[in-house]
Amino acid sequence: MIKFQANKILLTSHGRLKLDVAFQMEKGQLLTLYGPSGAGKTTILRILAGLTDILSGHIEADRETWLDTKQKINLPPQKRSLGFVFQDFALFPHLSVKENIRYALPKGDDMKLMEELIELMELGPLQDVRPSFLSGGQQQRVALARAIIRRPRLLLLDEPLSALDDDMRHRLQDYIERIRHHFELTTVLVSHHLPEILRLSDKVIWLEKGRIRQEGTPQALFSNSKIPGT
Amino acid sequence: MTDWQPLWLSFRLAFVTTVILLALSLPLAYWLAYSRLRIKAVVEALISLPMVLPPSVLGFYLLIAFSPSHGPGRFLDKYFDIRLVFTFPGLVVASLFYSLPFMVNPLLSGFKSLPPALREASYTLGKSKRTTLIKILLPNIRPSLLTGIVLSFAHTIGEFGVVLMIGGNIPGQTRVASLAIFDEMESMNYSAANKYALILFLLSFCILLVVYLANHYFSKPQPLS
Repeated sequence: MIKFQANKILLTSHGRLKLDVAFQMEKGQLLTLYGPSGAGKTTILRILAGLTDILSGHIEADRETWLDTKQKINLPPQKRSLGFVFQDFALFPHLSVKENIRYALPKGDDMKLMEELIELMELGPLQDVRPSFLSGGQQQRVALARAIIRRPRLLLLDEPLSALDDDMRHRLQDYIERIRHHFELTTVLVSHHLPEILRLSDKVIWLEKGRIRQEGTPQALFSNSKIPGT
Repeated sequence: MTDWQPLWLSFRLAFVTTVILLALSLPLAYWLAYSRLRIKAVVEALISLPMVLPPSVLGFYLLIAFSPSHGPGRFLDKYFDIRLVFTFPGLVVASLFYSLPFMVNPLLSGFKSLPPALREASYTLGKSKRTTLIKILLPNIRPSLLTGIVLSFAHTIGEFGVVLMIGGNIPGQTRVASLAIFDEMESMNYSAANKYALILFLLSFCILLVVYLANHYFSKPQPLS
């Protein structure tokens, strides 16, 4: 189970904004953060990963405290069991597909999982190729494989499918579903794409100006006609 | 007969200076690139000073500092029996100051040009700052590393004012090639001056050519690793 509560001042294009968000999620759940740009979605992922500091707050993952500003606990990203798929994938340009994935494999770990992931993601024929020669969809699969090879407690996906066409988007949604169930991953997804949210999410948080406007199952939220973009 | 001693001294000085500078500048450039402290603007300005100051200013202050009758020079002389004025080690220390911006600045712009997500991705994969630096950041700033190494080397070979003031132009000890050219010219020995000058000219050209060729090679993405 993940518990999250954070306060932070954000500097956005609309000026200063106070982020004040709290939520909980069960193991294996997929939570989607939805809302306009500048609402604080990516910032929440970065706070979860330990990449952005906050004013006050608390993060707990399976009863392990990652962050507690009162007790002055703040685990660095390295100590938090998580996988992060960045919006632009952040693949290491000097390493091949296989080397990118192997880099993430902890020392002494079995190489079998790597081979299994390469097969599951259909990356076999591409394993010696460098990232700049891959399509967006292929890069996304490498980023996903690299993020989950450590079997993290929490998987963070920052609009990973935004730059893809519908066909590729569907196929990659399949990959995400497959991987999530295979590894029982608790996942936070940032997405604008409503069909995708409906298909993948167990729970949706609709953020606006740094606060939760509404939360619930995607079906419950989508019956609300006030949601923009539907 | 060409006296090769000044050329040999120049190369020895440039080599030693470059190796030490690389070791000093990597942590310094890394800190400057990623630290959020405000004081780093002051440090950046200090590092770049030798690029704009006349070498005689740097030479003058270093000469005073190294002199056994003043603070740092006296300390080194008294406790370590080291004298830096008119010696080869003195030339090395002076060259470190003089060529520091030529190593730090390329490395710094190399680090700054990398997307922050590369470093962050490595951290979220459980890798320490050190592993990230060695395995991710350094391989991706290879052109900057090469530029820093070559520019520091070439700039140290090209020193004149600082080495003259600190080294004192002692044959066999501190008389490097750039000083030898001046000496030979002063004694109207133009053919010897020309030999040194031509060798330095050709060598500098070749060094820069290698840098540009290598950077063209690095800038082309390679499909397979």
